[in-house]
Amino acid sequence: MKLLRAILLRLATTAVTLAGVAVIVFVVIRVVPGNPIAMMLPPGATDEDIARLTAHYGLDRPIPQQFLIWVGGVLRGDFGTSITNRQPVLDLVLGRLPATLELSLLALVIAVLLGGAAALTGTRLGGTRTEAAIDVANGVALSVPDFLWGLVLVLVFGVLFPIFNISGRVTPSLDLPFVTEFYLFESLLRLRFDLLADLLSHMILPALALAIPLAAIVAQLLKQSLKETMHLDYVTLARTRGYGETRVITREALPNAILPTLTLVGVQFTFLIGGTVIIERLFSYEGLGNMAIDAVINRDLPLIQGIVILFAALFTAVNLTVDLTYAALNPRLRHGG
Amino acid sequence: MAAELTGDGRGGLRRRAGLRLWLAGGWLALMALVAVFAPWLAPKDPLAQDLFLGRLPPFWQEGAEPGYWLGTDSLGRDVLSRLMHGARIALLVALVAGTLTGLIGSALGLLAGYYRGWTDTVISRAIDIWMAFPPVLFSILLVAVIGPGLTAIIVAIVVIDWTRFARVVRAEAMAQGAMDYVTSARAAGRTRAGTLLAEILPNVLPTIVVLLTLEMGIAVIVEAILKFVNLSVSTDAPTWGGMIAEGRTSIHQAWWVLVFPLVALFLMVLSFSQLGEGLKDRFDPVLR
Repeated sequence: MKLLRAILLRLATTAVTLAGVAVIVFVVIRVVPGNPIAMMLPPGATDEDIARLTAHYGLDRPIPQQFLIWVGGVLRGDFGTSITNRQPVLDLVLGRLPATLELSLLALVIAVLLGGAAALTGTRLGGTRTEAAIDVANGVALSVPDFLWGLVLVLVFGVLFPIFNISGRVTPSLDLPFVTEFYLFESLLRLRFDLLADLLSHMILPALALAIPLAAIVAQLLKQSLKETMHLDYVTLARTRGYGETRVITREALPNAILPTLTLVGVQFTFLIGGTVIIERLFSYEGLGNMAIDAVINRDLPLIQGIVILFAALFTAVNLTVDLTYAALNPRLRHGG
Repeated sequence: MAAELTGDGRGGLRRRAGLRLWLAGGWLALMALVAVFAPWLAPKDPLAQDLFLGRLPPFWQEGAEPGYWLGTDSLGRDVLSRLMHGARIALLVALVAGTLTGLIGSALGLLAGYYRGWTDTVISRAIDIWMAFPPVLFSILLVAVIGPGLTAIIVAIVVIDWTRFARVVRAEAMAQGAMDYVTSARAAGRTRAGTLLAEILPNVLPTIVVLLTLEMGIAVIVEAILKFVNLSVSTDAPTWGGMIAEGRTSIHQAWWVLVFPLVALFLMVLSFSQLGEGLKDRFDPVLR
C-alpha cells in the first residue's frame, strides 16, 4: 500500500512538472518579436493574407486562451499543425523519435560497456600504472562535454582516418525495406547486416560522443563501489577459497557493487538524451533534436511546443522508471522499512 | 609535510591535486592575459579579409605565408588573431554568466534550504520543472526569443543553469541548518537572516566556489554551442564557436580552421573543470 501511494504521489508530481514545462514554453515562444506567419509567406503577401493565416493558427487570440485551446487539443491527442510543414505535429515528432531513441540507446550501451570495462580493469590492476592511466583518461572524459567529443571524433575519424560517416543517418541512395522508423532494430530483425553496417557506420561517432562523458561517470562510480565491496567479509572469504582475483571481482564483488551505478545511469541517461539535440546537429543526424533546432530557426511555434513537451515527457518517464526499478530492487524500500 | 610523514598515500594524492590546480590555474591565467592584451598581441586584424590569402595552412606546412602563423580561414582572416580575440569573448561570458548564475542560484538555494516551508516548496517545484527541460534546446530557444548578442547568451545561461547551484546549496544549507552551532547562534539572539549570512553562508561558500568554477567551463561551452548553431551571430565577431562552425563546413579543405579553436576550447573547459575538482579536494576536510 505504501508503495502504491508513493507511486501515485510520484505520478501527480510528474503531471505538475509537465504542466509547468508546457506553460513556460508556451509563454516563452510567444514573446518572440516578429510574426512567424509573416516570415513564412512570400514577400508579396498582403496584410490581409497575414491576418487571415494568423487567425487560422489562432495566433491572434490572447495567450491564456491559446493555451487552453492547445491543452484541449493535446488531451485529444492533437498537438496542432506545423507552420512550416503543414503536417500534424504529432506525426512529425513521432516520425523522428525512433531515430533519437536508437541513437540514445546505442550511446547508453556503449557508455555502460566502456565504463564497466574501465572500472573492472582499474580494479583488477589496482596500484599499477594502467590504473593511473585509466584514472587520468577518466578525468579528462568527465571534464569535456559531448559537443567537444563530437568535434574531436569528426576530426579524427572523419578527416584524419576517414573510416566512419560523419553526416546523416543512413546512405541516402540505399533502398530501405523498413516499415517502421526504428531502422537499427528492424535491420537486426530482418537480418539485413549490410544495412546494419551502414547504419552503425553513421551512428557510431555521434553515439560515442554522447557516451564518453557518461562512460566516465559509470567507471568512476562503479570502481568506487567495487573498491568498497572488495573489503567486505564475503569477498575475503571467496579469496581465501582460492578463487582468482578476476573471478572474485566479476562474480562476487560486481553483482553487489552494481546497484548504485545503475541508479545513477538512469538519471544521467536523461542528460544524454538532452545532449542529442546538439550532437544530432553536429552530425546532421535526422532525429528529433535536429528537427527541434530547425523549428526554432523557422519560428514554428506548434512544432517547438510539441518537441519540448515530448523531451520533457521522455525525461520524466526515464526518471520515473529509475525510481520504480530502484524501489523494486531495493528490499528495504519494498517492505516500507 | 605531515602527510609525507604519515605515509598513508594521501600525501601523493594531495601533491597530485596541487599540480592539477597549478596547471589549470596557470593555463587560465595565461588565457586571461591573452584575452586582455589581444589587441596588442594579435599579429593581424581579426576581421580583415583578403580573398587572395584564403585557406593558408599553418606555418610548418608547405604554402604557408609568413606572419599567418596558424593559417587563415576561407575569407583569408588570420586564425591566430581570431583565436586571441575569441578568448576575450569566451572569458567574458564565463566570468559574467558564471558569477550571475552563482549569485542567483546560491541565493535561491540558501533561502529554500534554510527557511524551508512554502519558499522551499516553490523553489523545489521550479527546480523539478527546470530539470525536465532539455537544456541545450532551451538555451537555443531563449536566445531565439531574446535576440542576437552576448547579453542574450548570458541571460540564457543564467536562466537555465541556476538550478545547478540551487540544488546543491539547498541541500547543504539544510544540513548546516540542523547543526548545533546554528541552534546556539539563534539562542544567542541572532536573527534568522543574520544566522543565514553569518553562520551558514561561510560554511557553504567552498561548495559555491567549486560550483562556480565548473559553471564557468559550462558557460564557455554553451557560448560555443550557441554560436555553432548560428542563432546569435554577427558572423564576423571572432568567437571560438563561430570559428568551429566555419571550420566544420570546410573540414576537408582546411582542417586547421577547426582544429585550433577546438584545442583552445578543449583546454579552457578542461582547465576550469580541473580547477574546480582541485579546489574540491583542497576544501575536503578528509584530504586536508
